Amino acid sequence: MPDQVFTPTITPDRTVEEYKSGVKPTWCPGCGDFGVLNAVYNALRGKGYAPEDVVLVSGIGCSSRLPFFSSTYGFHTVHGRTMPIATGIKVGNPDLKVLALGGDGDAFAIGGGHFIHAARRNLDVCYVIMDNSIYGLTKGQTSPTSMVGFVTKTTPKGTPDRPVNPLQLAMASGATFVGRAFSGKPKELADLIVQGIDHKGFAIIDAYSPCPTFNKVNTFKYYRDQAVELPREHDASDVMQAWARAQSTDPVYLGVLYEATGEASFEDHIASAHSGTEADVPRVISSILERYS
Amino acid sequence: MARQDLVIRIAGEAGEGVSITGQMVTQATARAGYYVLTDSVPPAEIKGGYSFYQIRLSEKRLRSRGDSVDVLLAFNQEAFENSIEHLRHGGILIYDSAELSPPESDRYRSYSVPLTDIAKNQVELALSKNMVAVGAVAGLFGLDTEHIHRLLRESKLAKKGEDILNKNLKAVDLGYQYVSERVAERASLEVRPSKLEGRIVISGNHAVALGALVAGCRRYAGYPITPATDIMEFLADELPRVGGAVVQAEDEIAAIGMVLGASYAGQKAMTATSGPGLSLMTEMLGLASMAEIPSVVIDCQRAGPSTGMPTRHEQGDLNLAVYGAHGEVQRVVLAPASLMDCFWTTIAAFNLAEEFQIPAIVLQDTVLAVRTESIPQPDLSTVNIVNRQTFAYRDAGDATEPGYDAASGPERYLRYQITPDGVSPMAIPGTPGGAYVATGLEHTQAANTSSDARNHAAMTEKRFRKMDGVLAKAPPAHEYGDPSAEIGFLTWGSTFGVVAEAIDKLAAQGIKAHALAPRMVWPLPTHQIDPFLKNKRIVIVPEVNYTGQFANLLKTHYQHVEFTRLNVYGGQPFSVARLIEAVVPNASTDVAATREEAAAHA
Repeated sequence: MPDQVFTPTITPDRTVEEYKSGVKPTWCPGCGDFGVLNAVYNALRGKGYAPEDVVLVSGIGCSSRLPFFSSTYGFHTVHGRTMPIATGIKVGNPDLKVLALGGDGDAFAIGGGHFIHAARRNLDVCYVIMDNSIYGLTKGQTSPTSMVGFVTKTTPKGTPDRPVNPLQLAMASGATFVGRAFSGKPKELADLIVQGIDHKGFAIIDAYSPCPTFNKVNTFKYYRDQAVELPREHDASDVMQAWARAQSTDPVYLGVLYEATGEASFEDHIASAHSGTEADVPRVISSILERYS
Repeated sequence: MARQDLVIRIAGEAGEGVSITGQMVTQATARAGYYVLTDSVPPAEIKGGYSFYQIRLSEKRLRSRGDSVDVLLAFNQEAFENSIEHLRHGGILIYDSAELSPPESDRYRSYSVPLTDIAKNQVELALSKNMVAVGAVAGLFGLDTEHIHRLLRESKLAKKGEDILNKNLKAVDLGYQYVSERVAERASLEVRPSKLEGRIVISGNHAVALGALVAGCRRYAGYPITPATDIMEFLADELPRVGGAVVQAEDEIAAIGMVLGASYAGQKAMTATSGPGLSLMTEMLGLASMAEIPSVVIDCQRAGPSTGMPTRHEQGDLNLAVYGAHGEVQRVVLAPASLMDCFWTTIAAFNLAEEFQIPAIVLQDTVLAVRTESIPQPDLSTVNIVNRQTFAYRDAGDATEPGYDAASGPERYLRYQITPDGVSPMAIPGTPGGAYVATGLEHTQAANTSSDARNHAAMTEKRFRKMDGVLAKAPPAHEYGDPSAEIGFLTWGSTFGVVAEAIDKLAAQGIKAHALAPRMVWPLPTHQIDPFLKNKRIVIVPEVNYTGQFANLLKTHYQHVEFTRLNVYGGQPFSVARLIEAVVPNASTDVAATREEAAAHA
């Protein structure tokens, strides 16, 4: 334990500036990730969290640099392992507000296995995936969300692999909040992040975040033309409706496609398993020694 | 005259109750006051396949499972065939007459005991066969059956009703009676119990888990793998009782990731695995070194490579633990040498990990992992717990606090501040003024990314300075025998126990020998090894692997010392005889005979 604890004054109306670290983003001009960064700042301001109570966890990739641009705590992990580390942080201290961030390669290629299990556990984390359907940091190779036939330096004849559908993968894995957003609409994205944070359980937001440098297909214009808000009558509690609208490619839908409320989170399960506290350590150790004698 | 020790092996098919029989005898024997030490090979299959449980008991402290078996209890033909070669000349074979009829031999005396028949017809409960076996074993060396009765009354059986309990008690008595009426050599099997007080009977893996709990471990994440899983199972029961948590991860990468996440968030956290799992964890262990996150990994080494022989013993992961990394990492590697040491070394691992903010790997051995032994209850009043240095926000004006960079203003916390000992105070999320980004990228003192040449050099030096502190805090090495001896055994892990026993045997033949086993195998504790080597003419390095991984490690530092490598690699630990043979080359290679000779001298 630290020998002195400082209680900061609560600022009811925080400004976006309070969430900025002062480190200049490393992204190319016109990168979709700027819109996501702004949405993250605005969502945190909207929640009014003290920066020290927030941890931004990311993997490896252009988008995973995001935590460095924020004044909160951060953990820039290794490629694909955002979810295990975020899980450890929440299990270590469930009171922390954890926002996970990263790219589509991080989430669905190298980290695909972990994504499924974080969703299954219903970990109380909001995971924003900056989806640009390309590997940007390694300068332009196909990604798990690239469409069939996508030509890149490693797939000169076009990729034969079918793209992952992030929303359906999340639903099939048991995620209790599934949304889609577009970094060209940062206000809506910020609102969606706030909803994802407020949701108890695993919230995944697939955010289209175009890469103007290496992906000349899935551009801002492409998404402006393709993406529409969900129709008013969409019932997010109906998983079959959500599944059908997640399947649609023309148009693609933005908003909360699916939400199951009232489900216990992973953190709830851990708390309900507790039958004692740190104060019980001497008693528990004595009982173990007794059992082995 | 009572014997020094007695080795009993119960062998059968998996699912036949070999372990239950063995555990019951072990527990009762320990309660009767004997020193007891076991070895077991759980089968690789769930049901079917050969498995055994070996119990050695003595009036004095034991250090190995015993080279050969005095009494073999075979449940079936396969068990007989697999174990008979380990029965010493003149040993006793007991077998279930309903299952097998072994050939006559002048090597051993055999007795048929109708275990199945007694259970079916006299007890009228076929399932009580194991209890007949327990009674039969107890009858061999005169173990007071009251100890077994008490165990049964405390067990789950007691909850199944009076009738079931009584039948099991009867089964024990009938087995005991059958053997005591028929086995003529009983008198020669008698072993005196010791006056051991305040002992516990615990397995090596449970001692590790208990050590973790005592050290302050409150979060555990793991992926089941033989022979490490019982550490997780133990903590899954105990951690929630103290507000902690266990997570079953989707793989070993996730397990170590969760450990790093929990530790970053301020908890002491651990995972346990075996070689295949440790291989998967190596990338994350690099992150732990770079981001300076205290973490503990228990590697229950088993015979490899690849899936190898999951239930067999091999000290094959030293290279992986020490060198398995991309880039140059800071880590500590420890190896417990005895069952008691499993407890203390785990505590040392946590203390070193916390103090120096590095990963600590504990190289557990399969034989220690599965061994159950009666040991004196650890004296908890002597436990020293070390916690990491944390950063606490004080006052905006106090720039002299460690962790602050005065030049950048009081608000600027330096997570990776360059300090004389390389250790920088760690801010735990939730601490105002301490926000930083933990990262595997090279970084500045303020935790911003950097590819600057001078920065990388300075940060590399900072991180490696911690290794000097680690060495200075190395737990003491194990030492045994006569320090004036010119013959030395320099070893590691559980092999030390067999070495110590060999030294006693050699001493009885008038040959002086001395042994050293550092608990810390990396960084190499040369300050412990130098004095040992000073007067040695022969330095034997016994280890259970083919390439001599520890000898190679020693050679990197001691280029001018000639190490005599001694390796076994059959998935079994060293025998005492094999070690004696290394010193007295003319000794008979017949393991059983050598043991008898040595015993005769003693």
